[in-house]
Amino acid sequence: MAEAIKVPTMAEYMAQGKSPEVLFWVGCAGSFDDRAKKITKAFVKLLAKAGVDFAVLGTEESCTGDPAKRAGNEFLFQMQAVTNIEVLNAYEVKKIVTACPHCFNTIANEYPGLGGNYEVLHHTQFLKALIEEGRLTVEGGKFKGKRITFHDPCYLARANRIYEAPRDLLKKLEVELIEMKRCKTKGFCCGAGGAQMFKEPEPGTKDVNIERTEEALETKPEVIAAGCPFCNTMMTDGVKNKEQEGKVEVLDIAEMIASAEDL
Amino acid sequence: MQYLPNILFVIALAAGVGFFVLNIKKLIRNIKLGRDEDRSDNKPQRLKNMAKIALGQYKMVRRPVSGIVHVLVYLGFVIINIEVLEIIIDGIFGTHRIFSFLGGFYDFLIAVFEIFALLVLVGVIIFWVRRNILHIQRFLNREMKGWPKLDANLILYFEVVLMVLFLTMNAADLTLQAKGAEHYANTSGIIGSFPVSQFIAPLFENLSISTLILIERTAWWIHILGILVFLNYLYYSKHLHILLAFPNTYFARLKPQGQFDNLEAVTNEVKLMMDPDADPYAMPEEGAEEEVPAKFGASEATDLSWVQLLNSYTCTECGRCTSECPANQTGKKLSPRRIMMATRDRIEDIGKNIDANKGSFKDDGKQLLDDYISREELWACTTCNACVEACPVGINPLSIIMDMRQYLVMEQSAAPTDLNNAMTNIENNAAPWPFNQMDRANWINEN
Repeated sequence: MAEAIKVPTMAEYMAQGKSPEVLFWVGCAGSFDDRAKKITKAFVKLLAKAGVDFAVLGTEESCTGDPAKRAGNEFLFQMQAVTNIEVLNAYEVKKIVTACPHCFNTIANEYPGLGGNYEVLHHTQFLKALIEEGRLTVEGGKFKGKRITFHDPCYLARANRIYEAPRDLLKKLEVELIEMKRCKTKGFCCGAGGAQMFKEPEPGTKDVNIERTEEALETKPEVIAAGCPFCNTMMTDGVKNKEQEGKVEVLDIAEMIASAEDL
Repeated sequence: MQYLPNILFVIALAAGVGFFVLNIKKLIRNIKLGRDEDRSDNKPQRLKNMAKIALGQYKMVRRPVSGIVHVLVYLGFVIINIEVLEIIIDGIFGTHRIFSFLGGFYDFLIAVFEIFALLVLVGVIIFWVRRNILHIQRFLNREMKGWPKLDANLILYFEVVLMVLFLTMNAADLTLQAKGAEHYANTSGIIGSFPVSQFIAPLFENLSISTLILIERTAWWIHILGILVFLNYLYYSKHLHILLAFPNTYFARLKPQGQFDNLEAVTNEVKLMMDPDADPYAMPEEGAEEEVPAKFGASEATDLSWVQLLNSYTCTECGRCTSECPANQTGKKLSPRRIMMATRDRIEDIGKNIDANKGSFKDDGKQLLDDYISREELWACTTCNACVEACPVGINPLSIIMDMRQYLVMEQSAAPTDLNNAMTNIENNAAPWPFNQMDRANWINEN
């Protein structure tokens, strides 16, 4: 990374006989997708700024199995899960943070039954805790007073009842939060969940992400805030489809905080 | 001969309740055709959910118009049923308003029944208008054509007739009491308070006592017979929800919506595969073979759990799920409500098949998958849980979709090609895209 922030791996930590405060689970999108990598980097900057002692699994990380499970391939899911749990348990991981609600949901809810018990946090929860502990300070900066709408990721919101952590962070940024008509418990999916990200949609009158983007654009936002790399892709595509990319940005909340802080 | 009405009443009551019990037995038999699932944990939380969601209608009012009107009709139904108790006792013993010994409280009760009868009438009319005149999309989906639409309207007509009969009966009764008719009149004055039917009573003012008795008796009889018929209509109707909403909310999932169950049969096999000490040539332990499931996932209604089948019978086809389903709202074939209706249709057909074949199912060349629910519907789901969240009685259409996807993928390898590619990628390089796992940490050193 440009500022050469050190991103240690668990293997390096172990070699030194240490263990980090938290494991940052990057996820497939955060590791490979060019857009999502920006979110990963922004979050790492925030972790570094807050002085969090963290590590990643690096090449030892592998897909949590979420898309396989939602596609119906329980075998592949459990193979992935058991492999990951072996790695995590070998490193005696206690606490995990991830910027992907799908990884979050899978590790938090579906790994315990297979022997993987960790405290799992979504990055918006983790950042909120850092702010509350006074380890990270956030001021409005460039987003102060801007019209911003937040798209609830299904696997964070309905699936795990986390509605407030991302909104609390937006409040810290002093934005003007405009809710979409369908939000929180009624949040409308971006269209990527259930392994839809990896297939063509069934025939219909409209793509799900277009429907959701139209709803987001109705709030006349300057930024559509997201908390999931897949939602981010879907909404970004939607904004492009509506030819609004010059006016409306789709940003992860971690990116917003990092850029407000000029990191 | 003077006991003839009492005898007829007892026969009608016994027939009505008896037939109802038979249907309930059939219903329970059908639900038990599903596979076993343990929902005996955490009873306090389950009771709380039942009290809040079924009894308290807490999720109904999330949509204020239909929610509040529904609460009125629901309260009216529950409260007026107290009156049915009196009607039954009067019917058996030939008494007149047996609870009138309650005095002032009885007046109050009758007044409350009447007010609720009126509110139910108003509510039912609003429901009818919503279903038949206003173009509310969730009542117009393709699965609502034919019987489901007629069923919904029949229930409303039933309720109108019952309420009108109830008020007519009271109006005639009031007039008879005022005229001092034998059996009706009471030395202590008018018994009961009739805030609604007193406005119908003037219509009866000039009728003879015998005509009035005829009106009162006819209304009384048709009202109670109507209730018995309605009771037996439930099993054939979406209206079954008035009973099943209670067990359904009690047995509903308590885990986070995002948590999908891990298949135990798969866990056992995966553990065996991952175990370096496992003997690949080991003979299966005695009896172990019986534990291997015949099938992964569900292709037939009987592959689903009893909870899912209970869900299907509980569905009252309100369509709140479908109206919030992202796939349905963007024109895809999937409708979570239809998933529930199709599941119920199938388990009903299986039940009828068993009845027709002396207690055992005879292959009818059909199954839930393809004959009732298409693959196109199953693959359109984003697993967003909007349908689960929207259901006012705790039904989980998503769990059925997932079980059927599991069958398609694990038993038939019949996933869409793109998904097969993504799954192959996960298997080979631990990500749904074709990137090398060794490149996973490259982002660290990229600008």
